[in-house]
Amino acid sequence: MTALQRVLAAFASGFALLALIFDFASTEGAPLPVWEFPLVGVFLVLGVLSLVRFRVKISYWVDGVLAAIGAVGLVLALETLQQAEPGYWFALVASWLFAWLFAERLALAIARDEVPDAVGVLIPAIFGVAILVAWEAITRGGNVPKVLLPSPSGIWETLIGNIPRIAADFQQTFLKAVLAGYALGCGAGFLVAIAVDRSPFLKRGLLPLGNFISALPLIGIAPIMVMWFGFDWPSKAAVVVIMTFFPMLVNTVAGLNAAGHMERDLMRTYASGYWSTLFKLRLPAAAPFIFNALKINSTLALIGAIVAEFFGTPIVGMGFRISSEIGKLNVEMVWAEIAVAALAGSVFYWVVALIERAVTFWHPSVRGGRA
Amino acid sequence: MTTASESLCMSFARLTMRNVVKPTGSLVPILIVVAALIVVWYVAAVLMNWQGMSDFYQRTDVTGVSFNQQLNDVLNAEKPLLPAPHQIVGEFWKTTVEQAVTSKRSLVYHGWITLSATLLGFAMGTVFGIGLAAFIVHNQAMDRSLMPWIIASQTIPILAIAPMVIVVLNAVGISGLIPKALISTYLSFFPVVVGMVKGFRSPESIQLDLMRTYNAARFQVFTKLRWPIALPYLFTSMKVGVAASLVGAIVGELPAGTSNGIGARLLAGSYYGQTIQIWSALLAAALLAGALIALVGLAERLTNQRLGARA
Repeated sequence: MTALQRVLAAFASGFALLALIFDFASTEGAPLPVWEFPLVGVFLVLGVLSLVRFRVKISYWVDGVLAAIGAVGLVLALETLQQAEPGYWFALVASWLFAWLFAERLALAIARDEVPDAVGVLIPAIFGVAILVAWEAITRGGNVPKVLLPSPSGIWETLIGNIPRIAADFQQTFLKAVLAGYALGCGAGFLVAIAVDRSPFLKRGLLPLGNFISALPLIGIAPIMVMWFGFDWPSKAAVVVIMTFFPMLVNTVAGLNAAGHMERDLMRTYASGYWSTLFKLRLPAAAPFIFNALKINSTLALIGAIVAEFFGTPIVGMGFRISSEIGKLNVEMVWAEIAVAALAGSVFYWVVALIERAVTFWHPSVRGGRA
Repeated sequence: MTTASESLCMSFARLTMRNVVKPTGSLVPILIVVAALIVVWYVAAVLMNWQGMSDFYQRTDVTGVSFNQQLNDVLNAEKPLLPAPHQIVGEFWKTTVEQAVTSKRSLVYHGWITLSATLLGFAMGTVFGIGLAAFIVHNQAMDRSLMPWIIASQTIPILAIAPMVIVVLNAVGISGLIPKALISTYLSFFPVVVGMVKGFRSPESIQLDLMRTYNAARFQVFTKLRWPIALPYLFTSMKVGVAASLVGAIVGELPAGTSNGIGARLLAGSYYGQTIQIWSALLAAALLAGALIALVGLAERLTNQRLGARA
């Protein structure tokens, strides 16, 4: 065991012991001892007993199972208890520490090639689940006001209960504004880059400017676009076009220069003209740069469309819903919209990344296994 | 997920590379392109506002306006669809130089509000990012559990929830600078983490081996090898981070109720149709962004000189 693991193990068992000693929870002022929650009790006792690890070797899977029992028990306990007392929080910390210890030992085992690399996906998953469990436990066990932070289960219920509204918002913002703006902005940036590429003078003049402009807070253009193109989705698409244009322009121009002299000379010896060199050599060589812009733009587009809706919109759309529900302090609905936006943003990003892997299969970063 | 995160790191490195390699001797082309853009702008301003001015004449029963007269009116309209550059610069001049800096109508005042939130958020984001990167580099489990989520966190349109963060923090009594700075922090820590993880990992194994032969402790390896070697990465990611930080501060000023800052000026301008005010606020934001990036660049040059790096 490494020093860190020893510390983690000692603290995890220590917190489990503390949880057994202190008051666990209460309902209407009456204390609820830990024995009312058998799963948590089992977790805590086993957690304390795991101290034998300093004598006998215990598999890291035991730590994982312990953390899981603790997490499930603590979330189930939320159904009956009204107010969590120190014991509950100690148990939560203990469960966190066991999860951390498990991740720590698993990562080490993977590094030593004792477990296949694919198991590594577990580690970020554990982290995500641990965050959700802690969030749920803190908001419900600690009775955090909903306005401040609603619980994940509450957000989920709101999401399920309002699917038609959220679907309409999603259609308005994502399917109309984001996709249209993204396609137009990226397409325009791409075409202009190819046009600019033929003139070294323009390239020298436009590239630094484009670089500078893509660092500007272009989102501020949103009110002007709303004025020009009206309240409906075209104005949002226009904001997205402007925000995505410059990263695409700059990256494509940089990418078109990525083909080496050797390759270009080879194309010359083949008597290849401008267009066939462009399509057979320079554009494929530029693909990693172009996909880089496409990935950056996938998040920019969503941000642009949502923020533009703060400046005026018909009564549908994710940005509109966020700003109007926050006015009513209906925070669970806001979080539900955010969850949908986050999911849409991530899926959008991963789709672009997947296409990149398929298209730039020859690139070292894709070819070389873990890269 | 690891592969995707790595590819993002790669693309980020490409992004930073792009900023490092500057074409030399491009001042003349840039100026000519800028001049061309201004000409295009004037033409567009005249074209876009012409019809509106004609309608205005019709409404007010003014007839027989000469072409020159209408052109003059168009270029000096009060609420044009697209203000001409000289109007924007004029408004900018009026609200910066000719106003006391403490006045609510002064762009310097609003700019300072935004700038202070930007700087605070940027500082927190940079420190946080460096700390996180140091953890990630030194701990396998941290690397595996955090990196994918850090990447995923940026595919979330965080700016969209900025107004909610502001309103909610206001509800619990935290208002003013801190909420805006937090949004800036969130936006600026990402480039720093990604850049610094790469930077801290950039020592070659031969250099690390040398440190081992010196019996250097991990901390010494960090301060004497990893940190200096990561500095170029730090500055390039700080340039990206400071720009993101400014965007965060501006969007943080959008929710109704805030009346100070460049974002609030944008919102007020859009409510009252004051296009010239919007554009001059945008100009101020652009100047701020340029100045901040230039400042980071200056810090980079000075540090490089101190370290004795070849220019």
